[in-house]
Amino acid sequence: MMASLLTFAQETPVPLTSTEQWVINTFFYVIALVTVVAALKMVTTNNVVHAALYLLIVLAAVAAVYIILGAEFAAATQVLVYIGAIMVLLLFGVMLTRAKIGSEDDLNYDQRWLGGLVSVVLFAVMGYSLWEGFGETKLDPTFQPQRTGEVAESIFTQYIVPFEAVSVLLLAALIGAVVVARRD
Amino acid sequence: MFLNQFLFLSAVLFCIGVYGVLTRKNGVLVLMSIELILNAVNINMVAFGAFNADLGGQVFALFIIAVAAAEVGVGLAIVLLIYRNRRSIDITEADLMKG
Repeated sequence: MMASLLTFAQETPVPLTSTEQWVINTFFYVIALVTVVAALKMVTTNNVVHAALYLLIVLAAVAAVYIILGAEFAAATQVLVYIGAIMVLLLFGVMLTRAKIGSEDDLNYDQRWLGGLVSVVLFAVMGYSLWEGFGETKLDPTFQPQRTGEVAESIFTQYIVPFEAVSVLLLAALIGAVVVARRD
Repeated sequence: MFLNQFLFLSAVLFCIGVYGVLTRKNGVLVLMSIELILNAVNINMVAFGAFNADLGGQVFALFIIAVAAAEVGVGLAIVLLIYRNRRSIDITEADLMKG
């Protein structure tokens, strides 16, 4: 049954028409713009809670990029784990360290231009090598979304050892966080 | 769709994250910037997975999300410990190891 469903899904990959491609590209560029603006606001805002909310926008937009790339399970996990759990943890961190409500002036180093210089140089190097390496390389226009069933199958067969390692890591992090943060 | 449009988005996010890590003094904000960097890496993973029609990209993106969860848990525990000992999460003040 399972196998027949999977083969049914893989039949006849229809290439996207040019209108569909145009729509997808427009969506992508809107999402990319939102992501970059929200990320820039996140690293420059003077309000810790606002920074957390800008991070929320970035995470949601990245989930949308996963959907454009056909990685639906990764998008769902991004929403559940990042937006659901990690954001709550970070907001707890903001709350427990008693950040001021409202803006603070002492959040950044004085020599911010050095950090800016480092990231601009890093982007120049990365951008040059990406352009040299991949230039006009296109994604296959017939590419299919990666189905959750196939993802699950490959986690539990090909990638079973890293999966178990991640389980042990999560357990270790759980115990470690309790031990570190406990009041004696 | 060009492969590079995803890779460039990821590179921009990565560099913004690096800027955040380098310029922020508040420990929680540094952790948030690290999340930005990890997300940039994840976009790369998923983009190459789609490009090569290989499931490994998406699977490793899932692993990175799990590792990020562990990292935030332990990182926040450390930030809370610094806050409890010094009444401040300014990471420039945690300089006991400075010679």
